[in-house]
Amino acid sequence: MEPSLSFFSDFNINDFWFLGQAAVRTLWISLLSISLGTVLGIFFGWALYEGKLAATLTLAPLLDVFRSVPLIIQLVLFYNFAPIMGLNLDPFGSGVVILTIYTSALVANVARGGIEAVGKPLRNAARSLGISYWQDLRYIVFPIGGRAVFPAWVGVALGVMKDSALVSVLGYVELLKASQILITRTQEPFLILIVAGAFYFALSYPISRYAANLEKSWAQ
Amino acid sequence: MIQIRDLHKYFGPLHVLKGINLEVKKGEVLSVIGSSGSGKSTLLYCINGLETIQKGDIIVNDIHVHAKQTNLNQVRQKMGMVFQQWNSFPHLTAVENVALAPKIVKGKSKAEARKIALSQLEHVGLLDKVDAYPNALSGGQQQRLAIARALAMEPDYMLFDEATSALDPELVGEVLDTMRLLAEEGMTMICVTHEMSFARDVSDRVAFFHDGVMEEIGSPSQIFGAPQSEHTRKFLAKVR
Ligand SMILES: Nc1ncnc2c1ncn2[C@@H]1O[C@H](COP(=O)(O)OP(=O)(O)OP(=O)(O)O)[C@@H](O)[C@H]1O
Ligand SMILES: [Mg+2]
Repeated sequence: MEPSLSFFSDFNINDFWFLGQAAVRTLWISLLSISLGTVLGIFFGWALYEGKLAATLTLAPLLDVFRSVPLIIQLVLFYNFAPIMGLNLDPFGSGVVILTIYTSALVANVARGGIEAVGKPLRNAARSLGISYWQDLRYIVFPIGGRAVFPAWVGVALGVMKDSALVSVLGYVELLKASQILITRTQEPFLILIVAGAFYFALSYPISRYAANLEKSWAQ
Repeated sequence: MIQIRDLHKYFGPLHVLKGINLEVKKGEVLSVIGSSGSGKSTLLYCINGLETIQKGDIIVNDIHVHAKQTNLNQVRQKMGMVFQQWNSFPHLTAVENVALAPKIVKGKSKAEARKIALSQLEHVGLLDKVDAYPNALSGGQQQRLAIARALAMEPDYMLFDEATSALDPELVGEVLDTMRLLAEEGMTMICVTHEMSFARDVSDRVAFFHDGVMEEIGSPSQIFGAPQSEHTRKFLAKVR
């Protein structure tokens, strides 16, 4: 086969494979950030709910910053300033750090809402049985509040998965970046965007299905 | 025995309990009556340490409830509490609701906890609802579930805070019957109640609260038949 003279070339099976790998990278960075961010966010939400002065004065405004400054700005700033602070992170590492903090800022509000949803009377009832503060959190607040705000959390998770595309500005070749590369080469934007879109759908659909089933089982 | 000595409770500037002195002996059933806002619920909350106190002392089984070194979780195991709102744990079935505390507080095995739970569900007449979730139970059934849940900890005392006030009229009876049963079995009970017939028929003593003060305490026949305080008379005239 003679080498193509054209700079452009058609979309082929290798490209599909290329997109698939990029999709796995999207999945991986999202999974990591969402998991870490959720754990951190639950902790923040609890701190906000307990309303200790320090949390209200420092944490709340800080989380507000991360929620309101566009993610792309956070990513670029962090990636460029992290080395100054002695942190040498690759694009993936920087992406995980920022996405995690961003997720935790969103989850913090969700988690606080979940704790509020349980209500003092129910928790008093639990405590009156001799159940300790931490047992109450573990056996009463977490399962009941968690179910109440689960749909909101799924919304956050799916949003973060889509927002993870922004890590591409740092050079991390995830799904969206891979599509752009292919579009430049093949000049077939529609085909490639459809394939990429299908990948995003394939990533998030199982999550929403699974979530829906879970909610149904809770409703008994 | 529950001993309450010169108990004062404030919510901020609001003086809610103004020097309560009260003793409840083993096996006694005490009904607490009084108008809304007189501090009846607050008294129960203070007794089992859900609210702090500002002055005085509450002693349960010789343990000073509000002393710094007191482990409240241990004290509370000895005092079951039933609230106006039944507060079932919505994510657990009836038997799981009752088995939870024996399991996680007392460290009973799963099988043991279930056995305890089943016997208490039978006690309150809910054996046909073992695997039902609370949202499938009526208010009266959920309130009996709450009673079973408290009894599963084998308490020495039961505190009832208007256990029937939030119930539809036709469901009040089944819960009062359960409370009566406990009284007959010799349970020591403090019942904040608006059910005057229960107070009269079931209790050994009745206490009347007015504006943070226990104005009067005595046998049901004395309180209902010959009330000493003006406020008691007015209150009884209103609820009759
Ligand atoms: N957590 C709280 N914070 C501030 N004030 C409170 C709180 N709980 C109760 N109070 C106030 O304390 C007073 C006594 O309330 P409490 O609930 O003990 O009355 P009660 O006798 O149980 O009335 P009811 O018959 O309506 O239940 C009321 O004036 C009430 O507004
Ligand atoms: Mg009350």
